[in-house]
Amino acid sequence: MAYVAVKGGERAIDNAHAWLAEDRRGNPSIPPIDTAQIREQLGRSVDRVMAEGSLYDEELAALAIRQAQGDLIEAAFLVRAYRTTLPRFTASAPVDTAGMGIRRRISAVFKDMPGGQILGPTYDYTHRLIDFAEAAGFAPPPAPEMDSDGIAIGRINDILDSEGLIEADGRADGMAHGKAESEPGDLTRTPLAFPAARDIRLQSLARGDEGFLLAMAYSTQRGWGGSHPFVGEIRVGEASVDITPPELGFPIDIGDITLTECQMVNQFAGSKTQPPQFTRGYGLVFGHAERKAMSMALVDRALRAEELGETATAPAQNQEFVLYHCDNIEATGFVEHLKLPHYVDFQSELETIRRMRADAQKEYAA
Amino acid sequence: MSVSLPGFADPVLSAQSSFRAILDAMSRPGTVHTAGHGLTPPAPLGQAAAACLLTLVDAETTLCLDDALETTRDWIGFHCAAPRSPAATAGFLMCHELPDLAALDAGSDDAPQDGATVVLQVASLCAGQRLTLSGPGLPSPATVAINGLPADFAERWAANHALFPRGVDLILCAGDALLALPRTVRITHAHKEA
Amino acid sequence: MQPDPSHTPPNSLPNAHAARQRWMAVLARASHADIVPLLAHMPALPAHSVLRGPESGLVMVRGRTGGAGAAFNMGEMSVTRCTVRDSDGRVGHAYVAGRDRDQAELAARLDAALQDAAWHARIETSVIAPLAQSQAAKRATEARKAAATRVQFFTLATMRSGS
Repeated sequence: MAYVAVKGGERAIDNAHAWLAEDRRGNPSIPPIDTAQIREQLGRSVDRVMAEGSLYDEELAALAIRQAQGDLIEAAFLVRAYRTTLPRFTASAPVDTAGMGIRRRISAVFKDMPGGQILGPTYDYTHRLIDFAEAAGFAPPPAPEMDSDGIAIGRINDILDSEGLIEADGRADGMAHGKAESEPGDLTRTPLAFPAARDIRLQSLARGDEGFLLAMAYSTQRGWGGSHPFVGEIRVGEASVDITPPELGFPIDIGDITLTECQMVNQFAGSKTQPPQFTRGYGLVFGHAERKAMSMALVDRALRAEELGETATAPAQNQEFVLYHCDNIEATGFVEHLKLPHYVDFQSELETIRRMRADAQKEYAA
Repeated sequence: MSVSLPGFADPVLSAQSSFRAILDAMSRPGTVHTAGHGLTPPAPLGQAAAACLLTLVDAETTLCLDDALETTRDWIGFHCAAPRSPAATAGFLMCHELPDLAALDAGSDDAPQDGATVVLQVASLCAGQRLTLSGPGLPSPATVAINGLPADFAERWAANHALFPRGVDLILCAGDALLALPRTVRITHAHKEA
Repeated sequence: MQPDPSHTPPNSLPNAHAARQRWMAVLARASHADIVPLLAHMPALPAHSVLRGPESGLVMVRGRTGGAGAAFNMGEMSVTRCTVRDSDGRVGHAYVAGRDRDQAELAARLDAALQDAAWHARIETSVIAPLAQSQAAKRATEARKAAATRVQFFTLATMRSGS
């Protein structure tokens, strides 16, 4: 690709930045937004930027959203750029989602299960009517409280698992034999290669674009890689993060992060080696992000087609298609780079077209 | 792990200036640079060697530590946090004596950058065995005098140099001084050329 | 979710570190602004020098496939750490979520002082206990709000047993 270096644009760029800053601030007679307001009142935007920016930091995401004028992909881009400036201290112990502080936990497969259906702060049953009282700054009364009976909110899959009706969690080779677990792959350190193992696929999906994953997930329901999914469970809440710093030599808890987990349960007809049983797709996302976690779980299951001996013909079952295109920072970079000067490329295309037209005219005249 | 001595006072600026010193040393083999001023590493680790470790080694690189430096293990572990690795697979080696270069990871033709970097602490970078260096970064051959390399160093180095683009790189440190011998440099005994 | 006082983090046996793990977990969840007022009625903490940090960095957060399967990397979080040595030679460490350097340094100083028998009870009573209490109250409120959104199904069986 040929790009031509263009000089002379510096002043135009400086002035464009100055106007951008003014435009971002908007009408100066309107009070500026504090990042704490964004963090507290636009939490779902903050969650999305943390998930797609692949960095859990609410303050930083709020700052990025304000700087990007609410453009969430631009904000995720800012967060991704920032994270490259920080050293990585270590990796955490895998988070224990079964032990998380539950705010919401629902299952579409069992009505009565230990812990019950906990709706939490959800939009599911709202009427999607614009609330003009809310717009007027009406302060809501505190949410009702009830005694929590302290029932352990176990995982729904364990119920199916106890009957052998569902496949086990995706195990690493060593785990079953009590060997030390091998380090999971990390696509931020080693470039994506195909076929990608499930750990890499899940990492890629967890930071993937919500809109892309939603469309892919939707396509699997509409017949492109037919699957018949049930929501085994969705849970939203706070999980603590443990690390073991070498200087201490024992695990310490460094704080809580909000996570959304989705367990999808899918039918599976069985194969030569496996009896008919339910199979699973898994979604785990930073923040309160149900749509994303569900989409991730559906796409995770679709990407397992080959390992389960299913014919993989749909886009959502194609690893290269999904994993190469789900990252919105890469996607926006490549799409938007078309705005940059392509003067030389285009000049050559122009000359080719002119020549072809001239040749065609000559032929026609002859 | 017991740690009682600090690392860089200003991790960002000190790591940047040390990186610059190492980069300059690698670009112009044989030239002596300083690094690690103000550092108080545990003995027998010198300032320049300590600065190299603090600058180049972290939780995402692997490190092999020479037995003679075992007393510095906690300090290095705390400030660099690098997972320990056997010499054959280490990305970085901190040594008191020249290791067998042929036994180290020289990288691959696809990824020559994976070749190990050896930080070797020596007695002096201005007196001792005289060696003539030539190759990229050296407009004309230069002579260095180093106390702390084995007598057959030039022969051992030739085998490493011949692996190019694979090979290991060497950073020699004495006190707060360092010089680098990247795999590209040709080394001969100075007296043989005289 | 933050552990109860009786909690020991996963993968660890009940051990000599349990008390320290607990106060480190409490301090990790307390902002600098939460801690400072609690120090007002105490003598000044021992003088200290910084061995490392406070510095911000990342921790790669891992999950497990299906919730309990093989580990995978899900994304990073920002973390700030600090290590100090106080005038008596005790070394305190802190690793706290977020980018608050003041919090990390203060948590490290408290971690050092809490290892000293002379300081321990005082800090435990004036700082750790009130912080743990307010953190527990916040969790309990969340749990109570969640409980209020639990669906109470009326099935034939429960209607019969209810009558």
